[in-house]
Amino acid sequence: MPAPRWRWGPGMTTTVLVPGVLRGEVDGASRLTMEASGTLGAVFDELADRWPRLERRIRDEQGQLRRYVNVYVDGEDCRLVGGLTAPVRDGAEITVLPSVAGGQ
Amino acid sequence: MSVLLAIGTGKGLFLARSEDDRKSWELSGPHHPMTGVYGVGIDTRRATPRLLAGVTSSHFGPSVAVSDDLGVSWQEPDHAPLAFPEDTEKALVRVWQFAPGAASEPDVVYAGTEPQALFRSTDGGATYEMVRGLWDHPHREHWGAGFGGPAIHTVLPHPTDPQSMVVAMSTGGVYRTSDGGATWAPSNTGIKAYYMPDKYPEYGQCVHKVARDAGNPDRFYAQVHHGVYRSDDGGSTWQSIADGLPSDFGFPIVAHPRRGDVVYNFPLAADSRRHPVDERCRVFRSEDAGKTWQPLSDGLPSGPFYPSVLRDAMSADNADTVGLYFGTRSGEVYASRDEGDSWSLVASHLPDVLSVRAAVV
Repeated sequence: MPAPRWRWGPGMTTTVLVPGVLRGEVDGASRLTMEASGTLGAVFDELADRWPRLERRIRDEQGQLRRYVNVYVDGEDCRLVGGLTAPVRDGAEITVLPSVAGGQ
Repeated sequence: MSVLLAIGTGKGLFLARSEDDRKSWELSGPHHPMTGVYGVGIDTRRATPRLLAGVTSSHFGPSVAVSDDLGVSWQEPDHAPLAFPEDTEKALVRVWQFAPGAASEPDVVYAGTEPQALFRSTDGGATYEMVRGLWDHPHREHWGAGFGGPAIHTVLPHPTDPQSMVVAMSTGGVYRTSDGGATWAPSNTGIKAYYMPDKYPEYGQCVHKVARDAGNPDRFYAQVHHGVYRSDDGGSTWQSIADGLPSDFGFPIVAHPRRGDVVYNFPLAADSRRHPVDERCRVFRSEDAGKTWQPLSDGLPSGPFYPSVLRDAMSADNADTVGLYFGTRSGEVYASRDEGDSWSLVASHLPDVLSVRAAVV
């Protein structure tokens, strides 16, 4: 994987878009602004510190992405760009969505 | 008398409440909609009973929720209330079973989980830690998965001895501890495993459910994959009590909560024909510890009946005249307010019923 063309620094933020079904875990917020470093895993680590009830819906206790949760980094399916090691640029939007699979 | 009936389904928890000695019921729910509620508990050791629900979203994973106001509101801690330790490299799939500890330990609650593990809570079921003795058992890597999943689905703490407990799983069998969970011994002698080359292995039996007799804490009843058994020696040995039943296959087995020797069963035709024997909806009751069985069907559907009853979808309450309850995979729930003699419909058209618990509240 090529090195990212950007660097992380103070004041840089990432936005996590919360699906409606999970907004109850974050006091109704639809967008969360994070200050995490440059991988998806790091963003979720910060999420675990600040909003643990949301993070544990997205990752299991071993830190693995739940099977039927889809996460997009700037519109790219994270599973196609490194999963939790996917690079996250300054100003990125991370979209969390339930898969269309997984229901009963 | 107020009775609460908790009905865990594939798509949420329903609560039925009766204020008239179980003649009529008011249904609410689904609570925790779109979650599978395999395990539900009513801990009556508190002034206001605490409800415990193992709720599993197929998207967002499992959790444990508790209610101290009989289901009006529910609480979950911010961090996972029950999680596998990092070194196990496993993650919780779901909680199958809640079991309040001995009366002398009013804040102890046990939880049986998938993957096969036992957890212990010392705060009344809000948060849990793994019981390492069972997880570290050398047999664990050989335990298999029944069709329902690799789970500790039965947890039976001794009513007065906190050091003593029995657990059961499909497949793996019955295990027991006498030192508070530090060490565990397989307890399957006499239970047949017809599907294995060795028909009577030390462990590996597909045990569907185990119940403890009310009169003798060393007496147990077990419904297994083609077999119904009783143990009179704390699980050391088992003898068949299936002769008086129309089939030895089924999932639930329920002991009367106060009368020794009284046990209930819901037989299915066979593992290859998982509907009631002769397509008749019947509960069977024994009042002599399994020597003889009587069919109970007054008030139950008389026509052809095909749904099955899962292992935790039959239960008893703790009223003076005990109530019995069962739910079906077709979403019907039946109740008896006279210890099984007669039955009436509590609810219908629910999602598939996975678990049922009831108590006077």
